[in-house]
Amino acid sequence: MLELVGIAAVAGVLVAAAVSVVFGTNLVHSVLLLAVMLFTTAVLFVILDAPFLAGIQVMLYAGGVVTLMLFAIMLTRRSGGVAVNNESIKGRRLPAAILCSGLFALLAWSIHQTTDFPNGGDNVLATRQLGITLFTEQALSFEVLGVLLLAATIGAIVLARKRDHGEPEPAGAFERPVRGRKEATR
Amino acid sequence: MTLVNVLYVGVLLFCLGLYGTLTRRNVIGILLSVEIMANSVNVILVAFSRFTQNLLGQVFAVFVMSLTVAEVVVGLALVILLYRTMRHTDIDEASRLRH
Repeated sequence: MLELVGIAAVAGVLVAAAVSVVFGTNLVHSVLLLAVMLFTTAVLFVILDAPFLAGIQVMLYAGGVVTLMLFAIMLTRRSGGVAVNNESIKGRRLPAAILCSGLFALLAWSIHQTTDFPNGGDNVLATRQLGITLFTEQALSFEVLGVLLLAATIGAIVLARKRDHGEPEPAGAFERPVRGRKEATR
Repeated sequence: MTLVNVLYVGVLLFCLGLYGTLTRRNVIGILLSVEIMANSVNVILVAFSRFTQNLLGQVFAVFVMSLTVAEVVVGLALVILLYRTMRHTDIDEASRLRH
């Protein structure tokens, strides 16, 4: 009983944090709440007997992604700090809400209709076994993933670096005041 | 904790993330919502792995995590490039190719 209450609390925090990320208006708050959500997911992974995944969830997401996001926000903040605004687009709220609640209803209905869910016992899958699977059976996928990460890293560096002197600045070709947006001009 | 409950939580998170992706104005806000969607998929994968006693679910979750991180890295580089070009990160103002 106590266990069930704890699990319900974890799920509640998870959903509440996600709701605040999606509906909040301050971008910095949204990122911090995303960190809360990712930590709570790690707790859920522990409950689901996946301690290794919980560990890399905390290291990769809460340590890496959230920090990166905060850096990006700080780098793209306008002088008055207006860019941290994270409001939703008004005309798009209703169609998006209809679409998403429709999708949720469909998925929930199909879950509800399904009767024979697998419940394969309580054996804890060992992290050791996960490593063996990852490096023998799935070794090729793992290697391909490494190549992809390399490509992503190189792409990010090439995209975000500052141009050297004398090199043409492709960004400069697009500079022009944006209509109806005073603070967007230099 | 049964599989059905985790599935409901995951589906709810996915739909919330989809709503955020469709409605946010700021590009970084959209990236946050995409994170929520990827995370919900991970939750569902791990839950299936737990209840079918099949490790491939967890292996796939590892891959999803790495892919999400790669996506975030490239996405944030694009956001910084967008900001350097247009001096804002508003998705509706980045419509130059439309005309």
